[in-house]
Amino acid sequence: MKERIIGRVKRVNGPVLIVKDITNAMMMEMVRIGEQQLVGEVVKLYDGLATVQVYEDATGICPGDNVYGSGMSLSVELAPGLIGTIYDGIQRPLEKLMEASGAFISRGLSYDAVDHGKQWEFTPVVEAGTIVYAGMVIATVEETSRVQHRIIIPPQYQEATLSEIVPAGSYTVDEVIATLVLPDGKQQKITMVQKWPIRIPRPVASRLALKQPLVTGLRVIDTLFPLAKGGTVAIPGGFGTGKTMTQHSIAQWCDADIIVYIGCGERGNEMTDVLREFPLLVDPRTGQSLMERTILIANTSNMPVSAREASIYTGITMAEYYRDQGYHVAIMADSTSRWAEALRELSGRMEEMPAEEGFPAYLPTRIAQFYERAGFMRNLSGSDGSVSIIGAVSPPGGDFSEPVTQHTKRFVRCFWGLDRQLASSRHYPAISWLDSYSEYLGDVTQWWNDHSDGSWYENRLRIMDLLQKEVRLQQIVKLVGPDALPDTQNFILEVCSLFKTAFLQQNAFDEVDRFCSVEKQVKMLAVILAYYEKGMEAINKGVPMVKIRRLRAVQEMARMRLTVKGDELDKIDKIQLRLERSIDQIGGIYEN
Amino acid sequence: MKTNTESLMAQSDRRLLSGREYRGASRIDGPLVYMRNTHPVGFGELVEVVTPDGARRSGQVLDTSDEVVVVQVFEGTDSLTLPGTGMRFMGEPLTLPVSEQMLGRVMNGLGKSRDGSGTIHGFAERDVNGVPINPTAREYPRDFIQTGISVIDGMTTLIQGQKLPIFSGNGLDHNQLAAQIARQAKVRGSEGDFCIVFAAMGVKHDVARFFTNSFEESGVLDNVALFLSLADDPSIERTITPKTALTLAEHLAFDKGKQVLVIMTDMTNYCESLREIGTMRGEIPSRKGYPGYLYSNLAEIYERSGKITGKSGSITQLPILSMPNDDISHPVPDLTGYITEGQIVFERGMQARGIYPPINCLPSLSRLMKDGIGEGMTREDHPHLANQLFASYSHVKDVQNLASVIGEEELTTLDQQYLEFGNFFEKRFVNQGFDEDRSIEQTLDLGWDALGKLPSEELQRLSDEEIAEHYGR
Ligand SMILES: Nc1ncnc2c1ncn2[C@@H]1O[C@H](COP(=O)(O)OP(=O)(O)O)[C@@H](O)[C@H]1O
Ligand SMILES: [Mg+2]
Repeated sequence: MKERIIGRVKRVNGPVLIVKDITNAMMMEMVRIGEQQLVGEVVKLYDGLATVQVYEDATGICPGDNVYGSGMSLSVELAPGLIGTIYDGIQRPLEKLMEASGAFISRGLSYDAVDHGKQWEFTPVVEAGTIVYAGMVIATVEETSRVQHRIIIPPQYQEATLSEIVPAGSYTVDEVIATLVLPDGKQQKITMVQKWPIRIPRPVASRLALKQPLVTGLRVIDTLFPLAKGGTVAIPGGFGTGKTMTQHSIAQWCDADIIVYIGCGERGNEMTDVLREFPLLVDPRTGQSLMERTILIANTSNMPVSAREASIYTGITMAEYYRDQGYHVAIMADSTSRWAEALRELSGRMEEMPAEEGFPAYLPTRIAQFYERAGFMRNLSGSDGSVSIIGAVSPPGGDFSEPVTQHTKRFVRCFWGLDRQLASSRHYPAISWLDSYSEYLGDVTQWWNDHSDGSWYENRLRIMDLLQKEVRLQQIVKLVGPDALPDTQNFILEVCSLFKTAFLQQNAFDEVDRFCSVEKQVKMLAVILAYYEKGMEAINKGVPMVKIRRLRAVQEMARMRLTVKGDELDKIDKIQLRLERSIDQIGGIYEN
Repeated sequence: MKTNTESLMAQSDRRLLSGREYRGASRIDGPLVYMRNTHPVGFGELVEVVTPDGARRSGQVLDTSDEVVVVQVFEGTDSLTLPGTGMRFMGEPLTLPVSEQMLGRVMNGLGKSRDGSGTIHGFAERDVNGVPINPTAREYPRDFIQTGISVIDGMTTLIQGQKLPIFSGNGLDHNQLAAQIARQAKVRGSEGDFCIVFAAMGVKHDVARFFTNSFEESGVLDNVALFLSLADDPSIERTITPKTALTLAEHLAFDKGKQVLVIMTDMTNYCESLREIGTMRGEIPSRKGYPGYLYSNLAEIYERSGKITGKSGSITQLPILSMPNDDISHPVPDLTGYITEGQIVFERGMQARGIYPPINCLPSLSRLMKDGIGEGMTREDHPHLANQLFASYSHVKDVQNLASVIGEEELTTLDQQYLEFGNFFEKRFVNQGFDEDRSIEQTLDLGWDALGKLPSEELQRLSDEEIAEHYGR
């Protein structure tokens, strides 16, 4: 890529270059810099100059170095072979980089995102002569044992005649598999690879209403603060409050078809952890390895800052591509704050006027644009697919009033606030039941009614109400001690405390507890509410609270999340039976 | 591929020109020197600065353009003059010649001898700024390091290859603790080739002496490389010291297969020096005047730890930082906590109550603990036991608050039991001697002794079997 010189370096200030003698550079054009061929992107053009962002460490770049244009916006390669791969922020496969440069990442390397030598089993689903249109599926490829890759007509060809399509067989992604005749009579050859500029959303036919929850297997989320498929959520929290663990858990257990996990400016070992663990974990729904549906993007905190800014877009573009094939994709970005800080750093080096806390004035626009790429869509092909975004936010000092948290809150409809106090007392996930909210409750109620006994909405309200009451009662206790409260009120505290340990807490490291099916969640909540009803009745009859909380069945309830496996849910029914019976028994003694 | 002759010529010109000396700076501002009319100089290049009296200092290019090159001088700009300052641009990045012979030596922040025993010979040149480790090449750390300190081993277990900072405050016992860890740390069942790299940034001479003495007393001094940039050394030197130290650590761990413990103190001084440079350059600051890139900058230090697949060595980092005003939300501890794999948090109140080490385990955390403890590593009851101790101890804090309002006598019997548990936990489990080296079994048994103060129904994080086996024995 040294054909077209678009200019020469004038100034190097870290990852931001000023390039002079600009001839015909394009905005957002991908460029290569100097003899080392470092990757960069044009972000500003003015007065014969360009500002270029470098996606690799800028050491050694020198005034006078040539800048070569690629004639193309910074794009990703979309083709079979993405799944199961780990990429850097600009879609270079890290395994390949390791083969080339060993344990430490060298600069100036370039690799295809997918293996161009690999043969795929290709099965056409349309015949030559068909009129095809943008987004239409023309063939399928078994990408992994779990994901069927659907080869679609690239969005730029609105309508065309498929003049040729190769028969079923093995092909590489570079081989021509079809030929289109465009309306103007031109022939267009098609391979299995598409390129798409990362900063431009892929087109869809229309947005649909959100109706299904993204079932995560985390009780506090599914039962209390559900996320809808196609929805957006922010997880803000100080360090160590559980952002990454929550995202990992969702990536592992949620019912999306495809996961795109972006480690954006976070720890190297966390990506290693995912790489090591996911292949060994088995999806409870399909019985297949979790890596078979996962794409990873790693721009760890010590990797170049500008690639961090790009990594978010690289990820969402791949997510949209699978959505276009009719899949439900969940994308996790850990952490969007690092992305915003990358924006800030680059903006600072470009000497732009800062707005709040040094962030550029366009921060809210960028955040909005990112979250707007989520949605439940009617694809161009007529199929439905969704992209759900789960974004971690890392507020400085854990203070949610800072700009990134505040602006993010404006553009997401679900909020899982992590609480430092809960985390330090090892209440995990430390999602606060007081600060968090979900605007998807109404959207997903019908789904819950169709998929469980219809008690979800009502029972959720009841327990939330108790939790609110608890706050007021706790305030009284803090002033005068628990003895001042009557047993009827102390029992509310008791039930809430049980609900927290038995239901809200969920240990991500426990084989049984880490994933909780919707059925189990419904039963667990029901038995806890039954405890409240029955216990309250008994207390009203004069039974002292201590007698009730010491019951064997209550102890069993406290541990049911750990002891009752997914396929033995009748054990919860039995606990409930024993509980009701033993409360009735004590009640009987006091009645007379 | 078409090559561009002009640019090739420029490249070879540059190679010829590198090493050529320019004289006369256009501006000197704090640690920064501005030089005009040079040949094109690469970003990040190593610079040799020649003082008016002919002495040599090291610097690095911070900003380069057609018109002017900005160089930061690591040994400070004292006594430089505009006309008398010379500069040679070396045409290569800042590297450090490293070797095992640096063990047992005392050096300055740039790796030059400061112990008077002659020049330091290095063989391998390594990039001081480091190169990111490919996440696919990392090996997830999981080997338990027994420090012999109960609250660490039991509650915030240190793992070989981890970066685990100590968040402390002025006047607290962090140096004692770091020295004790350095003395006692071992991976049980392996006779690893162990060594220490010590980096001091802006600390006082007696702190440096304390560590040297402590290493000497325990007979490990020959296995320690000390990089000292003390309180009266130029502040700018602190910005390179941890990087120099880690460059050696990487050589020892990944070329020589050693288990390296890197102690860095005090990271707050390092950050302050960065802030100084940022302000000097008129950069837009973020919180408390610290530069917006502080996070990435710290990450470039802290991420230089861990293990690499196929290599036997490891780098374990134990950075020490003082929290200004004991404020954990101050940018330095805050950003550190976002990067490191946990934190050990000191509490002034505990030290006042005579507890050593004064670690509050509730805000403390070891993120790598989960894979390094339990059956076959420490003991099978360890994960649940630690969980239970955390849960119960956090309830103690609530009870203490309540007791301070309504009085201890008014507490329920159960809450009084919690107070007793809390007392035992702090005074017997956490508290220990400077020289007391407890085995992990002793630590866990002490944990069970503490739980013995509570009725067994309260122990919901433990399984019935674990309670049957250990409770009340
Ligand atoms: N659901 C959970 N179950 C068990 N432990 C958890 C859970 N969530 C968080 N933790 C603990 O908290 C630590 C920090 O969590 P992490 O997600 O890494 O925090 P953050 O990303 O917010 O800094 C983890 O290392 C783990 O020990
Ligand atoms: Mg995290």
